[in-house]
Amino acid sequence: MRARIPLLLVLALGVLSGCANSNLRGTGDLGVVIERATGSVQVLDTTHRTSLARVDGLGDLSHASISYSRDARYAYVFGRDGGLTKVDLLTQRIDRRIIQGGNSIGGAISADGKLVAVANYEPGGVKVFDADTLALVADIPAIGSDGTRSKVVGLVDAPGQRFVFSLFEAGEIWVADMRDPKRPALRKFTGVGREPYDGMITSDGRHYAAGLFGEDGVALLDLWNLDAGVRRALVEFGRHGEKLPVYKMPHLEGWAATGSQIVLPAVGKHEVIIADQNSWKEVARIPVAGQVVFAVARPGGREVWLNFAFPNNDTVQVVDLPSRRIVQTLTPGKGVLHLEFSPRGEQVWLSLRDENRVEIYDPDSFARIGTLPVESPSGIFFTVRAHRTGL
Amino acid sequence: MRILTTAGMMIGIAFSSAFADTPPLHPQRQSELIHLVRQDCGSCHGMELRGGLGPALTPQTLKDKPASSLVSTILHGRPGTPMPPWKNFLSESEADWIVDNLQKGFPDAR
Ligand code: HEC
Repeated sequence: MRARIPLLLVLALGVLSGCANSNLRGTGDLGVVIERATGSVQVLDTTHRTSLARVDGLGDLSHASISYSRDARYAYVFGRDGGLTKVDLLTQRIDRRIIQGGNSIGGAISADGKLVAVANYEPGGVKVFDADTLALVADIPAIGSDGTRSKVVGLVDAPGQRFVFSLFEAGEIWVADMRDPKRPALRKFTGVGREPYDGMITSDGRHYAAGLFGEDGVALLDLWNLDAGVRRALVEFGRHGEKLPVYKMPHLEGWAATGSQIVLPAVGKHEVIIADQNSWKEVARIPVAGQVVFAVARPGGREVWLNFAFPNNDTVQVVDLPSRRIVQTLTPGKGVLHLEFSPRGEQVWLSLRDENRVEIYDPDSFARIGTLPVESPSGIFFTVRAHRTGL
Repeated sequence: MRILTTAGMMIGIAFSSAFADTPPLHPQRQSELIHLVRQDCGSCHGMELRGGLGPALTPQTLKDKPASSLVSTILHGRPGTPMPPWKNFLSESEADWIVDNLQKGFPDAR
């Protein structure tokens, strides 16, 4: 709140000087970082590498994620307590806030920007809201073919005004066609594999892949050809050696799709797997420092940055894809929870939860080029996400 | 002091297992455990411990469950589920302390 005062001052000065246009700005270089312990977010500026404001009152953000409105002005924050908060990056205020469910894990916005979908653990299902008003448009309970309610994971948007998501307990993938928003047309794929724990869509919007916790491989759906059904890919992966304990589940949203190759965190293995994005066949695997949580491709796709689960969550590694080598290992501090590149990849921002700061690195020289005080930071989300399918 | 170093943890473990029969835990270690439970257990159970991928760990959900089996779940995990074993990071008396506090209502970090 206090951080908004300078803005008000600027606004007042703008009005006094009769120069209203001096307040205009774009949002293309803005972003948001979650302050997970305090239920607040900070609005970030990647041009000046500063924080513009803190916005409070967003509830339990211990596992929050964000989607952006189509105009990249509003951030929809999905909180763990079922809160859905629409934050205005320009006025740096909460525009609207509702409690939509018991326990949500993430969401997505439709291709046309009109619908915001939220995936809920409790009660398991997807709720769809009007992106302007946050009024409920549709409620899709995730009752699988086993007759019971499942937690919903891996919710993404897909071309054709669709949402795709997975049912953890039931082991299903559902495609919801939202062209008639009040009456979602559901296509359900059952028996896709045990315990899909997260999902992702390739940047071309063609393939949806759900990572399986309960068995090997990924469940793969070709959205260009739903009739072909879900097939299993990368089964050979994970078949060797003993599974190690997983102290934090990997996130697949960051699965680095680099155009021709895709880089995935192994589950229960201290490895990343590189697969061919067309054949979905493994081309290499690389030993890394721990259980990977996020594998994030630098824009351009040459390098992939990795962070790790407890107890290796003080480490970041960089994989160079052409040589398939780890070219850098950094230990920026305790509790590296997330990393995000600026739109063209000349900066990477890291959240260091236990150090209460966000650090900015130059991904070419690996030099630290900035640091910001942020209370228990987790996810960092830049507005470039507004224009990416799946988010 | 919420910040916890791996080295500090290792020393903490060595210390507390060597003196396993001498509760209560050192206040410094208690605050490390509070941090561990809220943050690292919290990634599956929720920072407020109201559940996520793993079930809620609140007094209501745990009060009728035998402490010894919860301690063993923490130390050895539950094979076939995402619940991992913590025995390399927690001694038995520390797991006892965690279960006792979960059943009472877990303290806040600050
Ligand atoms: C990677 C995810 C994950 C992490 C991290 C995790 N848990 Fe769990 N935990 C689970 C799951 C899933 C279950 C439910 C297992 C089952 O289906 O029986 C569970 C079950 C439990 C139970 C038994 C609850 C009951 O009602 O029987 C306890 C106690 C528990 N966890 C404590 C902890 C503690 C303490 C930590 C941190 C030191 C922790 N867990 C970290 C996933 C996790």
